[in-house]
Amino acid sequence: MSTASNGSLPARQRVVVIGAGIVGNSVAYHLCRLGETEITLIDKGPLPNPGGSTGHASNFIFPVDHSKEMTSLTLQSMRQYKDLDVFLECGGIEVARTEARMQELDRRMASALTWGVEPTSLLTPAEISELVPFINEELLLGGFYTPGAGVVDSLRAATIMRERAVESGMTISANTEVLGLDVEHGAIRRVRTSRGEIEADRVVIACGCWSPRIARLAGATIPLTPAVHQMIDIGPAPRFADARTLVDYPIVRDMDTNMYERQDGTGLEIGSYAHRPIMMDADEIPSIEESALSPTELPFTAADFELQFEQALELMPEIVGDESVGQRYAINGLLSVTHDGLPLLGETPEVKGLWSAAAIWIKEGPGAGKTVAELMVHGESEIDVHESDVARAYPHQKTKAHVRARVAESFNKMYGIVHPAEQWESDRRVKLPPYYERELELGAVFHEAAGWERPQWYEANAGLLEEFGDRVTRREAEWDARWWSPIVNAEHLALRERAGYIDLTAFAIFDVTGSGALDAVQRIAMRQMDVAVGRFVYTPILTPSGGFKADLTIMRLADDVFRVVTGGAHGMSDRKWFSDHLPGDGSAQIHDRTNALTTLGLWGPRAADVLEAITDDDVSTAALPFGRCKPIEAGSLQVLASRISYVGDLGWELHAPIEQGAKLWDMIAAAGLPHGAVPVGAGVYLTTGRLEKGYRAYGAELDGDYDVVEAGMAWGTVKDQDFVGKEAHVAQRAAAPAASMCTLTVDDHVSRSSVKRYMLGGEPLLTLDGRPIVDAKGRRSYVTSAGSGPSIGRYILMGYLPPEHARVGEQLLVQYMGERYPVTVGSADATSLFDPENTRVRS
Amino acid sequence: MNILVCVKRVPLTGGRIVLTDDERAIQTRHLGFTVSPHEECGAEEAIRIVEAHGGSATVLTLGPPEAEEQLRDLMAIGADRGIHLVTDGSEWDPQATAAAIVAAVRSQAEPVDLILFGSESADAGNYQVAVRVAEALGLPAVTGVKAISLDADRVRCEQETSAGRDVYEVALPAVVSVKEGINLPRYPSVPGRMKAKRKPVHAAEPTRTDARLRMLRLALPPESGRQAEVLGRGPEAAPAVVEMLRDIGVM
Repeated sequence: MSTASNGSLPARQRVVVIGAGIVGNSVAYHLCRLGETEITLIDKGPLPNPGGSTGHASNFIFPVDHSKEMTSLTLQSMRQYKDLDVFLECGGIEVARTEARMQELDRRMASALTWGVEPTSLLTPAEISELVPFINEELLLGGFYTPGAGVVDSLRAATIMRERAVESGMTISANTEVLGLDVEHGAIRRVRTSRGEIEADRVVIACGCWSPRIARLAGATIPLTPAVHQMIDIGPAPRFADARTLVDYPIVRDMDTNMYERQDGTGLEIGSYAHRPIMMDADEIPSIEESALSPTELPFTAADFELQFEQALELMPEIVGDESVGQRYAINGLLSVTHDGLPLLGETPEVKGLWSAAAIWIKEGPGAGKTVAELMVHGESEIDVHESDVARAYPHQKTKAHVRARVAESFNKMYGIVHPAEQWESDRRVKLPPYYERELELGAVFHEAAGWERPQWYEANAGLLEEFGDRVTRREAEWDARWWSPIVNAEHLALRERAGYIDLTAFAIFDVTGSGALDAVQRIAMRQMDVAVGRFVYTPILTPSGGFKADLTIMRLADDVFRVVTGGAHGMSDRKWFSDHLPGDGSAQIHDRTNALTTLGLWGPRAADVLEAITDDDVSTAALPFGRCKPIEAGSLQVLASRISYVGDLGWELHAPIEQGAKLWDMIAAAGLPHGAVPVGAGVYLTTGRLEKGYRAYGAELDGDYDVVEAGMAWGTVKDQDFVGKEAHVAQRAAAPAASMCTLTVDDHVSRSSVKRYMLGGEPLLTLDGRPIVDAKGRRSYVTSAGSGPSIGRYILMGYLPPEHARVGEQLLVQYMGERYPVTVGSADATSLFDPENTRVRS
Repeated sequence: MNILVCVKRVPLTGGRIVLTDDERAIQTRHLGFTVSPHEECGAEEAIRIVEAHGGSATVLTLGPPEAEEQLRDLMAIGADRGIHLVTDGSEWDPQATAAAIVAAVRSQAEPVDLILFGSESADAGNYQVAVRVAEALGLPAVTGVKAISLDADRVRCEQETSAGRDVYEVALPAVVSVKEGINLPRYPSVPGRMKAKRKPVHAAEPTRTDARLRMLRLALPPESGRQAEVLGRGPEAAPAVVEMLRDIGVM
């Protein structure tokens, strides 16, 4: 066996993986499987259990999640656990004590259908009791049953993967502490350990809750916090004396108390996310030697578990209430939690060759390991993990204070009922747009966008409700109306009929400059970038296999200056992608302008009147047609006016130095007043205006799973120049698409209880006889975006449909909150339901 | 039968003990707290006696406010009530501790029939408090006991010796210190924990007599160095294992 635990380390390796939990072993194993060689896996602790979170994990897996990415990682992990023969299927039930939870279980059912997790079913309390005879069914209203849920042996899985990697030539060094990570010219160079140094091209940090500390050794950030999850084991329970397996009964998640109970051999394990958030610093975690149990099994603080004892007792009185059943084990176990609850995967933006595989739980471990290995070897992964990209975080999101505030807020929502538009309350007002004071005065309701405060709608526009009367639909169901206002629809109509101005400060903006700039953007972007100065190009950015990495706009401001404007949410990831694909000779550079520029959108049939009132420059369609941008003077401001639209009306994005934004706002507001222009929130920009025009959004319609042809964006010819993903893209154009992006409308909103319901996105699309729709690539059809279309008077859904259903007039169903509603395909390509000829944009 | 069990809150340490900067205490930032295994057995023994003979088991501790946690833990496995002699957390020497316990015993409304101790505390290990309490109260004391049986007004105690067993029989009331292994303490049940929350704890401020024993500082024993030696792998390791077994005298 190739182990260095008592010898010296290899002097040079291609890859060093730090951390031998489920994640590190999985990354190492998959690297070997993909043909990588010269790999060393090191851990500070002993093997097979080095003392991290893998060693004390409860090890159960419920596959259904509302997030596509997380469900994909979990399903992929389950396949691996099964292949390794360490998966014990026992089923799992999420039980409901409240009506609100029953509604959430309906959503679970929908998500199971959307992501193809089958079978699942809703159970009555009596049915739960049949499966879990020791449960107190009187407390329950029902349950969501996933027979495929199960328990894994994660330590065994890690061991098998490690052994297989060793067979492929990997070296292991346990009891080896990392003392330093040397960086040279921005790239990782060397790992210094307690057993010597290893030079390495790439280093993977898979150190769980120690990851922030290890990353810091290289000057990089892996922004997570160790947080306590309390867990006890009681036993032996007479009920389990004759247990045939480790888990004869389904795992119970008592969702409304934020707890779970599961049989573990002769005992019952009880875990909780209900206690106060208890966080630590990665530097504070005790050493292996100092720990009574292990560094991540901290002393149980019983006082924090008091309510949980009671709630477990009332749910499972036969076992928990038995005085002969003792508490044999109790810990404050450490987990890794992030500011947005998602993992941290990929190359760190700070140090080339330094990779993060952190904030991953048992249920995602093998899938995340495989994904990171693929990213390292191929530059892309089978599962699109853009939401988990370690590069996604803006600077303030990497701070300890922010991570702690967000984890403190979200910890008790681990089993929570989280609305798709749920807003954070903690650590807000970090990034304020230059219009913030004005927006406050207008009663802006702020949602957070990439850390910015961004108006979703303005209460000052409430008067528009009267003006537009019945054309503005109200939402009767609280869930549908949460984080929403009918004012959004009224603002939409005001923009469509007059004009509106929209705060777009949250855009990420960066310039690609230098003699090699054209070649760089040409290579990165799918569309032809060698355009005249003053033109902009809306272009997909492709992965090597032709999936969407991004969609964004690039303005050519000079021969050697290209300005990239992209959505805030993925701005940092996009910037890293550009940066990674710059020519190696230094002939092109990236300058981030995100915090230097603000964008104010101005659109509507009267927009030209407004803009003309504040500038002497010619901004007529003749002088500045659609697709062009040019600098204009507006009073004393120099503004870059770009004739673009994401809402389907004539208008501009006006880019100005951020410190001059307030002045720009005042000029637009004053000039707009006589034309009835109103401030308009992001609700219109991102949803109603966009959906009426069928414009696709990254992360919703566009991701790595679908290609440009399927998205209906393969207009024009393929450029001659080479670009990332070209070969795949050409092949995609030659083949018939397996699915096409369609726009649908809802035909009848009325539920069984006579309430009009409005979908929010993520719902499964079904055939008229209620079957899931699956395309030739095995992808299921679901609602990628949903929202009102006030100008067309219909509620709009978008989604991919296979050719047999992608036909205008095709009738289908959408499942929402346990009921099915009829929908009709309104467009099976990029044609929009509103102004299909695009006359408004180009007028 | 009224039984009093005396326990001391101590840190639950791992393999390596870390001292505070002034070297006068153990760094407990990441440690849980417990009582010594001997004391845990003492509590278990008291509970078993009460289960068999009736009466009540009271746990007593002298320690900081946080030491109530240890009283509740032992009430969770069946002790009926607690007495908490609350200190500021500083270490009391055996003489002062014994004096405070004696005062507490004397102030009890009901006479105590049996006072149980662990043979020593897990941290200081002075082995003195039980004997000092017995002496002050004028009671017989048996220490290091591995078996107890009760017979009307007498208690029979067994000590393990290298030669066998020493058996003592003393009249009640008496003081007995027990050693780990006398029984296998039970784990607390959830109902036990919940009942423990409602059981009475009488808190009192003990009078601290002058300390004659003064702790200057703590020192850690030298580390034992290499902890494990790999003798070999697979069947090839057999001769080395045999040799080792001979060396250490088990073969």
